[in-house]
Amino acid sequence: MRPYLLFVFVAIFALAGCEQSPYRDGEALYKAQCANCHMDDGRGLGALMPPLAGADYLKKERAQLPCILMFGLADTIVVNGQTYGEKMPGVPTLTAVEITNILNYVNNAWGNQNGVFTLEEVRKSLETCK
Amino acid sequence: MIKHIFWMFLLVAGLAACGGEEKRTLPILGERDVVNGDTIYPTVPDFAFINQDSQLVTNATFAGKIYVVDFFFIHCPTICPKVKANGVRIYEKYKNDPRVAILSHSIDVRNDTVAALKRHADKLGVGTPQWHMVTGEEDAIYGIADNYFSVATKNPEAPGGFDHSGRLILVDKNRHVRSFCDGTDAEETSRFMKDIDLLIEEQFGAKASK
Repeated sequence: MRPYLLFVFVAIFALAGCEQSPYRDGEALYKAQCANCHMDDGRGLGALMPPLAGADYLKKERAQLPCILMFGLADTIVVNGQTYGEKMPGVPTLTAVEITNILNYVNNAWGNQNGVFTLEEVRKSLETCK
Repeated sequence: MIKHIFWMFLLVAGLAACGGEEKRTLPILGERDVVNGDTIYPTVPDFAFINQDSQLVTNATFAGKIYVVDFFFIHCPTICPKVKANGVRIYEKYKNDPRVAILSHSIDVRNDTVAALKRHADKLGVGTPQWHMVTGEEDAIYGIADNYFSVATKNPEAPGGFDHSGRLILVDKNRHVRSFCDGTDAEETSRFMKDIDLLIEEQFGAKASK
């Protein structure tokens, strides 16, 4: 009976491991602040809300991302060749730590592999916000 | 070991019971009256709105059809995009089925002009005659929300300036509300789409087209 039980435990842990993103705080913040428009799967919505999953914009405008999260976007932007012109509201109450957590989740979820943001990098970017 | 087998059986039996598809009929929702022994079910009242193509949209637009209703506004900072995303799923599934339509009411009549609604529909990649995005008299829109068991009202304290529920509501061809769901929830919407299929079968006697 013992080895059988052990196997069950291992299986449960393995399954639990699959479910979790390494950026759980970022995931929770994303779901609360971003997913209404960008959707849980990061796909966006038609030509209204740009996708985050597979978005070239995340790589091209990496240094701008912290400011965009905090202060939003009023300009028209191009993501993967598609133009988006809706205004994005920022979340000025976010802290630098929270922004780092969200960016790390977004940049490494849904197949994105855009590397990790450090708190220092985010703080530096935030100093440049217009 | 025998005990184990017993529990296994119970589990399998339980699962099998869940899987058994029982023939369901959607209820008619709302408070009913009994007049002289006849039951009177609540119906959606007459309405007249203008859609994204400047066409008049009335009950006659949906004659002989079943339709899905929601309330939204374009510059909604909260739940609307999720409801719209689930609306698009419904649209994609039934866009070639003229028996099914969608009616989205804007609750921000000041900003959501016909031209703005047209742009919005185009950007979503959806359109008439299947999906009507309408504007109209503010009071008429807020009033009819009650008949669809939904909330739509101004509230300066709410995000974006409006309070509204993110419900999707299913109306049959006799103007009865038959089902609804939380349109922000993808799984709930999947369940709701099964209700649409069920209603198509009930009212048109044929299975929903794939």
